[in-house]
This record gives sequence, C-alpha cells and structure tokens, in this order.
Amino acid sequence: MRVVVDYDLCESNAICMGIAPEVFEVRDDDFLYVLDETPPEELRAKVAEAVQRCPKQAIALVED
Amino acid sequence: MIGSVVVVGASLAGMHAAHTLRAEGYGGGITVVDADGHLPYDKPPLSKQVLAGDWDVDRITLPAAREDLGLDYRLGRRAMGLDLADRFVRLDGGERVGFDGLVLAAGASARWLPGAPMLGGVHVVRSLDDCLGLREALDAGPARVVVIGAGFIGAEVAATCRGRGLEVTLLEAAATPLERALGPVIGGVMADLHRDHGVDLRLGVGVAGLDGTDRVEAVRLDDGSVIPAEVVVVGIGVTPNTGWLEGSGLELDDGVVTDDTLCAAPAVVAAGDIARWPSARYGERLRVEHWETAIQMGEAAARRLLADHDGRPVESFDPVPWFWSDQYDRKVQLAGRSSASDDLEIVVGSLEERRFVALYGRGGRVVGVLGMNRPRHVMALRELVTDGVDWPEGLARARAMA
Repeated sequence: MRVVVDYDLCESNAICMGIAPEVFEVRDDDFLYVLDETPPEELRAKVAEAVQRCPKQAIALVED
Repeated sequence: MIGSVVVVGASLAGMHAAHTLRAEGYGGGITVVDADGHLPYDKPPLSKQVLAGDWDVDRITLPAAREDLGLDYRLGRRAMGLDLADRFVRLDGGERVGFDGLVLAAGASARWLPGAPMLGGVHVVRSLDDCLGLREALDAGPARVVVIGAGFIGAEVAATCRGRGLEVTLLEAAATPLERALGPVIGGVMADLHRDHGVDLRLGVGVAGLDGTDRVEAVRLDDGSVIPAEVVVVGIGVTPNTGWLEGSGLELDDGVVTDDTLCAAPAVVAAGDIARWPSARYGERLRVEHWETAIQMGEAAARRLLADHDGRPVESFDPVPWFWSDQYDRKVQLAGRSSASDDLEIVVGSLEERRFVALYGRGGRVVGVLGMNRPRHVMALRELVTDGVDWPEGLARARAMA
C-alpha cells in the first residue's frame, strides 16, 4: 500500500493528520508532508479513513 | 435481516450512510432519493471554487457516487411523505418505496428573506443549481453585489465576488461577522479582513426590504439607506427539510429528533443537517450543519441500522464538532463549540498577523480551539476539547506548542 497526495488539491486542512499522525503531518509552513509513503498494514484502516475524510479528496491509496 | 434500505438525501450524510452500509457488508437493496437531479456532489466548493469559476462541476462529484455501490438512484424525485406503519416513503407522482430500514438525510434549505418578493437577481447558495445561477449572474459583471448575512456562506460568497473583481456590500445585523459562532473578538478580525479586501461591510444593520418590480434594483436598510444592487445574495441560514415528515409520527423540532444513537423510530435513523440529537458532551440537543459532522453521522447512522440485526454494540453519537471556512487567503478552523460569552485567549501567533490559535473556555474548561492559518495546531490541540481539559492546563499545553 502506497499513499499518494495530489498537492494541487491539498489545502492543508490537516484532517488526515488528526486521523493518522504516523503518516501525515502538516508543518509550520502549512504544507502537508507524508511521513511514511508505504505505511505498515496495521495503519491501513486509519489511512483509509483519512482518504474518506479528506475535504479535498486529495489522498489516494495505491496498491503496488 | 433487512432486505431494503431507503436513503432520503443524496448529499454528504446520505452518501456516506450508503457507503458505510456496503463497507459493513450489507448486501440488500439501497434506494437513494433526492429532489436534486444532479449526481451527488460536495457542497463547500459551491461558495468558493465552483462559484469563482475555477472548478468544473464534475470535480465536486462525491467519491461514493463514483464507486459502484449498487445503489438504485431516484434523483430529481422528491420525498413527499412517510408511512411508518406500512413502512414506505411516498415520492412525488405517488410512487411508494418500501423499506426495512430508513436513513433520513434530506438536509436543509436556504432561508428566504422574510416577506421579500421573488425578484429576479436575488439568489441563495445551497444547491449546485443555485451556485450555477449565481455564477452566471456574476459572469455578466454586475456593478454591485449585495450579500445579506455575514455568516459562513455570506462571508465566503463576498470573498469569492471580490476575487472576481466585483464591488461587494456585505450586510450583517450583528456587530461583527460570524459573531454568533466565533464571538466578537474573532468576528472583529474577520471584519478587518473583509474591509482590507475592499468589501463595503455594514454591521449592525437590518434589511427593511428589496426594491424592484421584476428584477431587484436596490436593498433598503432599516436605517433608511438604500443600496443599489443588480445582484443580491441571501445568506441568512437554513431550515431543515422536514415538511414532508409532518404527521408521520416522528418528533420534529427544528429537525428530526433522534436518540443519542441517531435513531428517530425503530429502524429509522437520521443524519446530517436534518438531525437533532442529544449530546451528553454539551448537555443539549444539537443540530450541526458542519461538513465533517455530516460524514460522521452518515457512518454512525448506517451502523446503527445494522446493529438491530447483527447484534453489534450500539454506540452513542457524541463527537466534537469541527469546521473550516476559506476566505481570501485565510483558513479559519474551529474544533469544538464556542459562544460569544466564552473566555478567549490567543495562545499562538497574533491577531495582527492574522495567523494565530485561540482557545475558548467556559466553566473552567477548554471548549474550543480556533486557528487562522494554523491547521497543524488546530488538529493537534483538538484533544484539549475532546478531553475537556482544565483551562489553565489547556492554555499551558497550547502555548508550549508555539
């Protein structure tokens, strides 16, 4: 599982960070950083929730 | 086992309910009814990117509507009545759609100016068609747009109109924009923000009426002044769409009243703008119009329907509300519920730079975290509200984050 963020869509609402702080971090520059692009399987449910909850639909989960 | 679910309302709450039913393994029929004929869409961009002309309409289709969830759509069809005894929803044209489980997610409608005539040039922004109608009016380059109500919709529409280079007058009956939601101090910041962007902001004024015969020509204020206007946008709140439920036996009180699990009657749940539920956290019945709350309610309502049949535990619905609003280059986010009488402390940044975090306190506890262009802090400090942390401790923890 790989996390892909479309930065043209992302507007740093930081919802994803609230759900999965292990994977997503909005820093002081107001930009989103993906801390772990290939998170471990046990984080799948959290990342999937972040995908659902993103107000901009900017996050995707890609199966490699 | 339930064999058929009807979802009334194909917006955020209803579509997330349908998505959750499938995700939880429900394989029966799902009929989705909505008076709006468009494919289910996301509403926040209607006052911003779509109204600005930056986004095409197909970009706001809801993710659940892009998936093959096996839904039987009845779009452009209005639910007219509910029979709880025989368990069917009556649609316009008389068709009856039977159900074993029902999700009420019919949302709310924009309030019209009391007593105002239906004149051309007067708009609300609630549906996609509303947005496209207003966009067309803005494309024509009106000399002035008058926005009535500086709540979230009015403030965002005013900002979008300024972004299009249009002259804007923004009218608000309260002393500051967003005063009821954010209090006078933050409201003052919002007022300065709009004025600095060239909005003619008039506070503490009421609207006496609209002038014009077929088309609106001016807005009359209760202080006697008259503002010429080719386009008027009314943003004075919404009314839940419960008219069709009157006499159904459901309790209605500015929304569909549910229990703390979003159940309005056996096998009938409500979600989104239409639902009013008792919150233990806040000690009152809440009806919340936020985007994220609609998602959470749709999911919770779907699981509640299934719980009757698969024996899973039933959970109380009691989240901390959260919302955001984008105006110009500022993003305002609030976790929690604030009121004008709360204590307010700026804990990170400053009002002057318009990049700060404020805590709201009531009864010795943190009840809200507000950020302007500080999304990281709002998300990290949300737990102060969730946990109801003591006011001094909350202030200390927030300041430590700076």
